[in-house]
This record gives sequence, C-alpha cells and structure tokens, in this order.
Amino acid sequence: MAKLLFFGRLGDLAGGIERSISLSEPHSVSALIGVLEAGDQLLGSALVDPRIRYALNGAIVDRETLVEDDDELAFLPPVSGG
Amino acid sequence: MLRRVTIAAAPFDPEAEIAAFRKALDDSGAIVTFTGQVRPSNGGGSVSTLSLQHYPGMTERGIEAMLDQVAERWPLEAVLVIHRVGDMGPHDPIVLVATASAHRRAAFEAADFLMDYLKSRALFWKSETSASGKLWIEPRDEDYADAARWDASPGGR
Repeated sequence: MAKLLFFGRLGDLAGGIERSISLSEPHSVSALIGVLEAGDQLLGSALVDPRIRYALNGAIVDRETLVEDDDELAFLPPVSGG
Repeated sequence: MLRRVTIAAAPFDPEAEIAAFRKALDDSGAIVTFTGQVRPSNGGGSVSTLSLQHYPGMTERGIEAMLDQVAERWPLEAVLVIHRVGDMGPHDPIVLVATASAHRRAAFEAADFLMDYLKSRALFWKSETSASGKLWIEPRDEDYADAARWDASPGGR
C-alpha cells in the first residue's frame, strides 16, 4: 500500500490527513491524482493547483515522478508557520 | 555552533528556555530572542483556537538545513528554535528563536532570517477557528517579501 498524506486544507477536502492506496504498478504523481479525481473531483482539482508541492518519501518531486506501492506521497499546500 | 530544534506538541515556557540557552553560552556578548504568540484577535473576530500542523521528519530536516545556512552566513555561538504544533489559545507561545554571537549584528540578522524562513517556507500549516468557523492561514505578501530579502544578498555578512 502507498501512503498518501494531505496537509492543511487538503486534509479537510480528503476527509482526513492520511489515506492508503493499493498500486499494482507504479503510477506517476499525475496518474495517481487522476485516480483520486475519479473518486472525488473537488479533491482532484485541489491537488493540481500550481501552488501544491509533492513530496515523495520526504523529498520534493515533480508530477512525472513514479510512485510505488510502498512509497509515502505527501501533498503540500502553501505553508504558514510562526 | 550549538544548535537545537524542537517541535513541541505541548506548551513551552519561553523565559525558562531563554534562561537555559543563556546559561549554556561561553563567549557570546550578544543574545537575540524572538517569541511569537497567539494574537487574541485577528482583524474583526476573536480567535478561539489556533492550530498548527507539521510533517514529522521533513519539517525538522528543512529547519536543520536552514541552520546549516545560518552557520555558514553568521558567526554564531548558538541557535535555538522551538516551534509549537497542535492546538493553542490566545497568548500561548507559538515560536521561540534565540541566537547568540560575539557582537549584536550577527545575532539580530540570523534571528530575523530564521523567522522569515519559519513564517513562509518551513513546513507548517496553520488554521484559526473562531465563531465564524475554521480558516486555513496563508502567508501575507509581506511575509513572502520579507523572506525574499535574503535571496537578494547571498553573501550575507
């Protein structure tokens, strides 16, 4: 199972911060968003907002990067700390 | 450079942390500390809860990488970063940055740099809950501009 993490307002849209998805073959980040979009269009469109960054196993990646079944993919909306 | 980064899930006492930080110093002549706390109101409505989320592991690594830059740019003896996550109420401390150096300029600049990073680039997500509901906060244009000041002068001091 691949682990998906939705931070900030994306967690509200996804109905929780964490979700698991079974990937029988590697999916690009784009393809994976496509799968999520098929189940929830609102979430899907939020995930392709140009300000969203993607982190695969803790490193920033682009949308072409492949995600495998035991990976952790995090969706990072604009940050705000302090 | 002595360094400590703490992501705190429970309230912390800035005064006690600053005292401990100062006690551990050897030959610094200048100490700068910044404490950020929850504003009792934001614009019109009153804020009942402020909540901060982070990405365990990645958030800490990002701050550590920032401290590597700080160590290269400024001659500091020590730096401390404490950042809250979880739910906070009005006046609760959110963030503490402390820097120590031989003379004041390096300590001031490094603390300023770190706060700009923490406000607009570190991996934290902040929401406010008030009578009118829950609102996710994004940095103001001013926060991005503050952080960009440091990109324009890569040499630092």
